[in-house]
Amino acid sequence: MSDTRVARQQDAMLVRINDLHYARGTRKILKGINIDIPRGKITTIMGPSGCGKTTLLRLIGGQLRPSQGGVTIADQNVHALNNTDLYQLRKRMGMLFQSGALFTHLSVFENVAFPLREHTNLSESLIRALVLMKLQAVGLRGARRLMPAELSGGMARRVALARAIALDPMIMMYDEPFTGQDPITVGVIMQLIRLLNDSLGMTSIIVSHDVQEVCAISDRLYMISDGYVVGEGGPDQLKQSDSGWVRQFMNALPDGPVPFHYPAPSYAQDLLQGLD
Amino acid sequence: MLDWLQNIGQAGLRVFQRLGHATLFMLQILVSIPVLFRHPRLLIHELYSVGVLSLAIIVISGLTVGMVLGLQMYNTLVDFGTEDSLGPVVALSLVRELGPVLTALLFSGRAGSALTAEIGLMKATDQLSVMEMMAVDPLKRVVVPRYMAGVISMPLLAAMFSAVGILGSYMVGVGMLGVDDGAFWSQMQDKVMLDEDVLNGVIKSIVFGMAASWIAVFEGYDAVPTTEGVSRATTRTVVHTAFAVLGLDFVLTAIMFGDQ
Ligand SMILES: Nc1ncnc2c1ncn2[C@@H]1O[C@H](COP(=O)(O)OP(=O)(O)OP(=O)(O)O)[C@@H](O)[C@H]1O
Ligand SMILES: [Mg+2]
Repeated sequence: MSDTRVARQQDAMLVRINDLHYARGTRKILKGINIDIPRGKITTIMGPSGCGKTTLLRLIGGQLRPSQGGVTIADQNVHALNNTDLYQLRKRMGMLFQSGALFTHLSVFENVAFPLREHTNLSESLIRALVLMKLQAVGLRGARRLMPAELSGGMARRVALARAIALDPMIMMYDEPFTGQDPITVGVIMQLIRLLNDSLGMTSIIVSHDVQEVCAISDRLYMISDGYVVGEGGPDQLKQSDSGWVRQFMNALPDGPVPFHYPAPSYAQDLLQGLD
Repeated sequence: MLDWLQNIGQAGLRVFQRLGHATLFMLQILVSIPVLFRHPRLLIHELYSVGVLSLAIIVISGLTVGMVLGLQMYNTLVDFGTEDSLGPVVALSLVRELGPVLTALLFSGRAGSALTAEIGLMKATDQLSVMEMMAVDPLKRVVVPRYMAGVISMPLLAAMFSAVGILGSYMVGVGMLGVDDGAFWSQMQDKVMLDEDVLNGVIKSIVFGMAASWIAVFEGYDAVPTTEGVSRATTRTVVHTAFAVLGLDFVLTAIMFGDQ
């Protein structure tokens, strides 16, 4: 009996990150991360700037190779897949890049249509309907003829969001979806993420610093600092956590265990030292 | 002294490492070429921006080079009373040497640098990464069409260069300096061999086209993804293409015409 329960529990986790290590040159960025991402839920990864959140998403997407440990998605080890299988898997993953990364030579409409044209044989009228639907969801249906250079930063990221969800992926990864958006748009995007997740049965992974927003929509949160997971749990659990790391981050306190500074010698020493 | 040796050694290793990367990259391109049969529109679009948009500079340069050649050669030939052979002299220099070489150099300045900058900027702005994440291989989608467009365009542009150049020398020689019209063309027909001269010229331009396009797409794909990195890669494209073309030209010329 306990066997079947274990099996079902495992099944509930779509993405498993196991003892993941990653280094850039000699600098260790991730030092043994364990994260389980439940199927059909919204999971948020928080952490100070530069702690490796974007890196983690790229590891999940198979764009970077870990130095140790691994990522499994639906029981497939991402980094052991051959190219064909990896591309098959990626067709079911969507990722909103932190920079948006729109194709600068294509209009807004063609940007959103790009994945549809690449991976489906839909008729032109169906593609049009789908693209307009996705653009409507991010409030930019009227901007479909503009080129990326004519968009503001926040608009460009919303177009990128529409493009990322164009194929209705099984897993959606959002890298800082709220950055650069006004409060109204933040609310709309929060609703959109929730709606996509619930109505399409997606699994969502959000990377964000916006504590209030992610607490409101996440089912589960992880906090990363200095290459380790320092806190995990539901929003309420984390708010009540007595861990110094978590408290500092959740309450935006400048002092505490989370380093605000990139590793450096002491400030006074640095100033007195003179020229390098 | 030891430091100095070590630096040379390291630089040498880096060069070979990059050459290795570039070779692997080339092999990947070659095995991906069949993708163009499935998406011919990608190729057509690039043929336009790589080939058609280079036409203006090629035609203008070809015309001026031909005119200058006509003038210079006439001045030498007329001393020996052999100005009637202006046609073959100009045609041979253009078809065998100047056409392929100058076209390749102009091509790398006009189209090669643009290819590098475009691919490098796509990399720097995450557009290549985002494609990968959408399960679209940027090598097939971005690199292969551009590479093939370069390979196809080069021989056509070189042929255009030579043809326009001959026209330029005709205008100067026959039109201005009074070389006999019939002699200009008939001597040319007599002396320029299709299998030796024209064919060898075409082979040269194909080889140069492959080298120039390879360097351009590799430098772009391998660029450090920053503003500075892309600008350096663009410069490298032009410089390396010049070296490669001139070096290859010597080797090819030695093979083709060395035993005559
Ligand atoms: N191309 C690169 N080369 C070298 N180091 C890099 C590179 N990209 C990122 N890094 C380093 O990896 C670390 C993690 O970067 P990452 O982009 O994952 O941070 P992040 O958590 O997403 O930060 P932010 O919240 O500011 O987006 C950073 O400290 C950075 O210095
Ligand atoms: Mg980031």
